[in-house]
Amino acid sequence: MSLAGHPSPPIFKQGPTPLVRLLVLVSVCLAMLITDLKFRYLEVMRQALSVATWPLQMAAAAPADFVRNAAVYFGTLVDVKKDNAALRGRELEAAQRLLRFEQLEEENRRLRGLLDMGAAVAVKSVAAEILYDAPDPFDRKVILNRGSQQGVQAGMAVVNEQGMIGQVTRVYPVQAEVTLLTDKEQAVPVQVARNGLRGVLAGAGQGRLELRFTPSGADVRVGDRLVTSGLDGLFLAGLPVADVVSVDRDAQTFAVIVCEPVAGVERTTQVLLLSRAEAPPPRPAPEPEPAAPRKGRKG
Amino acid sequence: MQPTHRSSRILLPAKTWFAYLSLLIALALSYIPTGLTPGVPDWVALVLAFWSIREPLRVGMGAGFLFGLLVDIGHGAAMGQHALAYVVLCYLATTVSRRVLWFGPTQQALQMFPLLLLAQVIMVVVRVVAGAEFPGWWYFLSSFTSAALWVPLNYLLLLPQYQPVDRDDNRPI
Repeated sequence: MSLAGHPSPPIFKQGPTPLVRLLVLVSVCLAMLITDLKFRYLEVMRQALSVATWPLQMAAAAPADFVRNAAVYFGTLVDVKKDNAALRGRELEAAQRLLRFEQLEEENRRLRGLLDMGAAVAVKSVAAEILYDAPDPFDRKVILNRGSQQGVQAGMAVVNEQGMIGQVTRVYPVQAEVTLLTDKEQAVPVQVARNGLRGVLAGAGQGRLELRFTPSGADVRVGDRLVTSGLDGLFLAGLPVADVVSVDRDAQTFAVIVCEPVAGVERTTQVLLLSRAEAPPPRPAPEPEPAAPRKGRKG
Repeated sequence: MQPTHRSSRILLPAKTWFAYLSLLIALALSYIPTGLTPGVPDWVALVLAFWSIREPLRVGMGAGFLFGLLVDIGHGAAMGQHALAYVVLCYLATTVSRRVLWFGPTQQALQMFPLLLLAQVIMVVVRVVAGAEFPGWWYFLSSFTSAALWVPLNYLLLLPQYQPVDRDDNRPI
């Protein structure tokens, strides 16, 4: 495209025309979007480039930290006293349950030994605080104040005192990104606490969750509690996740089961990150080509 | 009424390093964690549009692509989402720059608004097609605040070019 309407003389040549450059860059962007959103291949590039943006991000977070600290500092004494009283009450209640829990754990260990079962999985936990919502308005994500330096790993379950709120999806050196249960991309393997029926729970938008791929005839009732099944090898089994709110069996093959998260997913600040202490099992190797000669170790 | 080239007060030439410094400052501003507050202006888009209008040969689609990627990384958005929007924004701003510069800052702001809105629409379309949830109409408030900031930003970013070549202590400005 030339401004004068005829090709410009060589000394004014500025490389490819703007339209060509636009088309090239737009196709590069679209290719990146597809690789990132559909295949998640660009995480390495993201991690590498985030080293460059890190100082800038830290500098930008400083004013927000200051405002938050100031808000905490000026929080009234009355609030703190009220909180303190409530916490003492809760602690007392928790203490007696904890005493029983220790006894039960001991008993469980002995019984497992008698039955010759493997020891119950060891738990690794990190306490963290939610700093702010992630700036991307298309996802339901939050940022935590703990990162890989404090032992946070991608895949950890994020819980508060009531139940599960999400999963760590990206880890930075001193921060981590949590995808909340209500995000459309977030799926959790669950089971119905009442009868052990397994299913997959996924975000459905508007703060609701949906139990997907459950046949219409399945025994799920309104009010059922869903807990993690631990089948993915990542989450601990038995964390409360959601309650069933409505069941619609008139849909075709699968019932439409709408659930509500147990924990206040969108309004919580203190969280605990939980994972199994040993690494999750490796992903199964892809099926080898039948014609290709097999070398080395056998699958 | 015959338009006059009112914005073309004789200025010093713009410095490339100042353009990129202002882009870096805009990037830092966009990294300030504001959560999901609606109406936070898109600083990088605004400054990119400004320099694409003023200096189309120095700041253009390449800068839009680079800074778009940096915003994507900082925001944890999909890689290429902001880059795509900013590349299109810079292309359109470069194309209309000869015309827009004939107007004063307020009229320029009115003409920049559709471009900034289009950049947001591109991002929404890309993400919704990929399966994300529609963020709500409040999301587009950002274009309005960005366009409203065009006039003060215009003044601020042109300040270094307003300086006289020869230092004259008796000059009023």
